[in-house]
Amino acid sequence: MKRIINGIIGENPILVLLLGLCSALAVTTTFESAYIMGICVLLILTFSNITVSLIKKLVPKNVEIPVYILIISTFVTILEIILKAYIKPLYEVLGIYLPLIVVNCIVLGRAMSVASKSNIRTSIKDAIGIGLGYTFVLMIIALFREVIGNGTLTIMNNISSLTGTKIILKIELSTNLFPINILTKPAGAFLTLGFLIALFNYIKGGKKHESN
Amino acid sequence: MNLISIVTSALLTENVVLTKFLGICPFMGVSTKRRNAISMGISVMLVVTLSSIITWTLYHFLLVPTKTEYLKTVLFVLVIASLVQLLEIILKRYFKQIHDMLGLYLPLITTNCAVLGIVLLNINNDYNFIEMLTYSICSSLGFTLVIYIFSSMREKINNSDVPQPFKGHPIALITAAIMALLFSRYV
Repeated sequence: MKRIINGIIGENPILVLLLGLCSALAVTTTFESAYIMGICVLLILTFSNITVSLIKKLVPKNVEIPVYILIISTFVTILEIILKAYIKPLYEVLGIYLPLIVVNCIVLGRAMSVASKSNIRTSIKDAIGIGLGYTFVLMIIALFREVIGNGTLTIMNNISSLTGTKIILKIELSTNLFPINILTKPAGAFLTLGFLIALFNYIKGGKKHESN
Repeated sequence: MNLISIVTSALLTENVVLTKFLGICPFMGVSTKRRNAISMGISVMLVVTLSSIITWTLYHFLLVPTKTEYLKTVLFVLVIASLVQLLEIILKRYFKQIHDMLGLYLPLITTNCAVLGIVLLNINNDYNFIEMLTYSICSSLGFTLVIYIFSSMREKINNSDVPQPFKGHPIALITAAIMALLFSRYV
């Protein structure tokens, strides 16, 4: 349990370690693509951590990185094929950011720093913690960007072929200042993440003061 | 005409860093000094151009005829990783000076999203050979341009009085947001 919470708060991949920003900024234009991306990373992280932890004694130290990258890219390819077959529209929305999970520093980083050194139980727990931390931050960024930037909240749209229903909430914000379109643009992504990290630092800094 | 639009969009309006978010990690990590930014930029340009040529050729003459396009991610990652290793060995052996300048940044490139991203975009956009070459050179040039400008600004930011919670990465991200606005012509 402690490891999972550590992944969400103490070692949050985006807010603290600043890894995997690529996808975090790119797919957060809608709430739906954000949480799906989070789940994809969570799954890949879990499977790659399990595999790496199982074969850790067989891999010589000097070819560690190529072997791990190969394992990760195999799982990403499997996921790509599954998504393409069952949820085609989503596969197109995620585009190149799905194969880019391979070079997402989070997955390789966890394989190197945790899974290659610990047993399966710890590796799975670590993967779940880091994966959840990543998913939560993506959801927060997307929530902010979509609601304020576009005035909608997409919960199920592209995955409707799988679930059977479409849920797109319309959120009317009373003043005519909204929606602020710039938030859905790339610049909005940088801005949102910048302020989110600052807020996180501020809260953490406050806690430190109290304990002192 | 098509080539001109590829050049301008790759360099400015659809810059890989500022609109596609590729290569954000080195953008945040390395770009604190101008010298480092230039070294990183040159390394990326070298690797992107070479790996684009190799992967494009492999995709069109190996994967498409054998109908194994789904293997592209695995193959491209392997090509990039081995190319980086090879380049490091060659530079170390024959071009000692360049190796001393770029040595630190070459291994980092294997996990740089910009390289795999540009290589995949070449395939996704259905470019022919000339367009592919233009796109890869201009995108990596765009990467170098942005990372250089950004590092010059960071040298100034580091010396200025920023509120405590914004120190470090947050202020860098907000600066990047303003740059993204300028590059995509919103201001």
